[in-house]
Amino acid sequence: MLTLFVLVPLLVLLLLNISWRALPRIVPQAAVLVLGFADVVFGLALPTLPVNSEIPVLSELHFGLVADDLTRVFLVSIGLVICAAAFVNQESMTTERAHRNFCSLLLVSLIGMNGAVLLSDFFSLYVFLEVTAIASFILIAIERGIFAVEGAFRYLLLSAVAAMFMLTGVGLMVFTIGDTTFSAVHESLTIANGSPLLLKMAVGIFIIGLFIKGGLVPFHGWLPGAYSSAPPGVSVLLAGIVTKVSGIYALVRIAQDVLVSDPSLSMILLVAGSASIVVGAIAAIGQSDLKRMLAYSSISQVGYIVIALGAGTELGIVAATFHLFNHAIFKSLLFVDSASVESRLGTTDMGKMGGIGAKMPWTGTTTGIAMLSAAGIPPFSGFWSKLLIVLALWKAGREGFAILAVVASVLTLGYFMVMQHRAFFGKPSTQLDSVKEASAGYVVPAVVFALITVLTGVFFPLLKDSPLSFLLLNKGLSW
Amino acid sequence: MNDAIVEIAMLVTFVLMALWAVLATKLLRAVVALAATSVLVTLLLFRLDSPLAAVFELSVCAGLVSAIFLGAITLTQPENEAEVAVSAKERIRRYWYLPPLLLLLGVALLQVALPDVPTTAAAADDVRKVLWTSRHLDLLGQITVLVAGAFGVIVLFKEARKNER
Repeated sequence: MLTLFVLVPLLVLLLLNISWRALPRIVPQAAVLVLGFADVVFGLALPTLPVNSEIPVLSELHFGLVADDLTRVFLVSIGLVICAAAFVNQESMTTERAHRNFCSLLLVSLIGMNGAVLLSDFFSLYVFLEVTAIASFILIAIERGIFAVEGAFRYLLLSAVAAMFMLTGVGLMVFTIGDTTFSAVHESLTIANGSPLLLKMAVGIFIIGLFIKGGLVPFHGWLPGAYSSAPPGVSVLLAGIVTKVSGIYALVRIAQDVLVSDPSLSMILLVAGSASIVVGAIAAIGQSDLKRMLAYSSISQVGYIVIALGAGTELGIVAATFHLFNHAIFKSLLFVDSASVESRLGTTDMGKMGGIGAKMPWTGTTTGIAMLSAAGIPPFSGFWSKLLIVLALWKAGREGFAILAVVASVLTLGYFMVMQHRAFFGKPSTQLDSVKEASAGYVVPAVVFALITVLTGVFFPLLKDSPLSFLLLNKGLSW
Repeated sequence: MNDAIVEIAMLVTFVLMALWAVLATKLLRAVVALAATSVLVTLLLFRLDSPLAAVFELSVCAGLVSAIFLGAITLTQPENEAEVAVSAKERIRRYWYLPPLLLLLGVALLQVALPDVPTTAAAADDVRKVLWTSRHLDLLGQITVLVAGAFGVIVLFKEARKNER
């Protein structure tokens, strides 16, 4: 069954492109929405689905795919963000051809991300992250604006550097133990046969590649340009899920399955996470462009995920995964809202938005919810994941980093308040008289994401015993 | 001994090509240098008994990515000679510390006693067999990469040319 997560989108992609001239515009859009929705539904129902060996044809095509609760969290997030990106794209892409190209590339991205979260091998992970990266840089430059091409070019360059690191790591793994599966590398590191130092170096080099792809400080240079210059639907996709799957998912997977509670990895993650939190938050304060501010905010929020992994405990991994899910939702929501504003004003310059909340109440309200969640204000989902992160750090004896996480949260609230004040609050100027609420293609995903943010936060105390307990990796931890 | 000399020569050339790629004043030369770097990585991966990684590096990084770079360059406007000279000066001012830093790192690495490389790695033939017969998923991934690359060429370049006409 797991094979279908990769094969079906690939088949649909080929079918759409063999016959797309004859198909109406709605078909590729519907295909993306159905496949995204399938990710959500099958991600939720994964434990009850038949395995490949029970299905005649698929038993021959197992491909070594595996799924656990971490995979389920990602499948659900991928599905939700892909659907949101498709909705936004439907509204923002002007020509039919651009819309169809966008849908095809969304499917390529879906194949890459589904594959990446289902496999258990460093080399295969590299291959599928490349699939996602290539789809991403084409998507960024799809409208061929000068800044978009520049953003895509930067992303491409740093992706190439990241790929070099990852391949070198993989090469060293094959050289030292002749195997690149997570389990074999973990086993070789724990029983300390062969050359654990060289193998550790190999994993370390692979991780540098992930840091670049995840946009962590000091490898974050490509991220603001790519997010802010991309078309609105692409920004939602990149900020919501692509950088998380490309860089952070693999870090969580390595922390969970390969370098379990490794002190050297913990320190690297703590330092890189802290630097990202602080640099991202400070840089976000000085931005006047909404999308650039959100991009720097993403760097800061990803820092929280990485610092939680640095705790080196099970609670740290749960906290990181839960914040990852929450961030995927509220950051996608913020980029959908920025797309809404851009669709009405034609700009994302916050100086030209003053008081737009009164003209676009749904957009203003959902932005407020996402902002409060990002800043870790109760009862929204971000509050709980940030609380878990602080608890995980404190319990692991990393009190200094826990305090830094709390202080940086105040900074987050600060730059989001500045954003709300400049863009949404106050009396709208006369230039905004003709501005109306954004169309349904923007409002529907924004409301759905806002509801998820509110409900996950309000019902968090019940989450542990609900069918959604996989969001906490079913660890049954007490905090 | 001969193997060691070949590998050292390859690594030195690799570093020189990588430096050329980042220091070249013309984008086209930078792409050629990057492709050459990829080819050297490919050769090194073959020598490290990672044939599929090597093939992938060659086909995607040296082939496909270079093609996309070249395409992107066709969309850019070249600088005139005066601008190139200013850029070169600026680059030297900003990155003067990189060559000595690299040298220092190299010296430091030579001082570190690297552990003995174990001899447990599978023989080249075995690795090839394993990679080519039991890793269909990677091949599926490569096919998708090529499909994505084809989309890239169509979306970014073919249609751009059509619009220009």
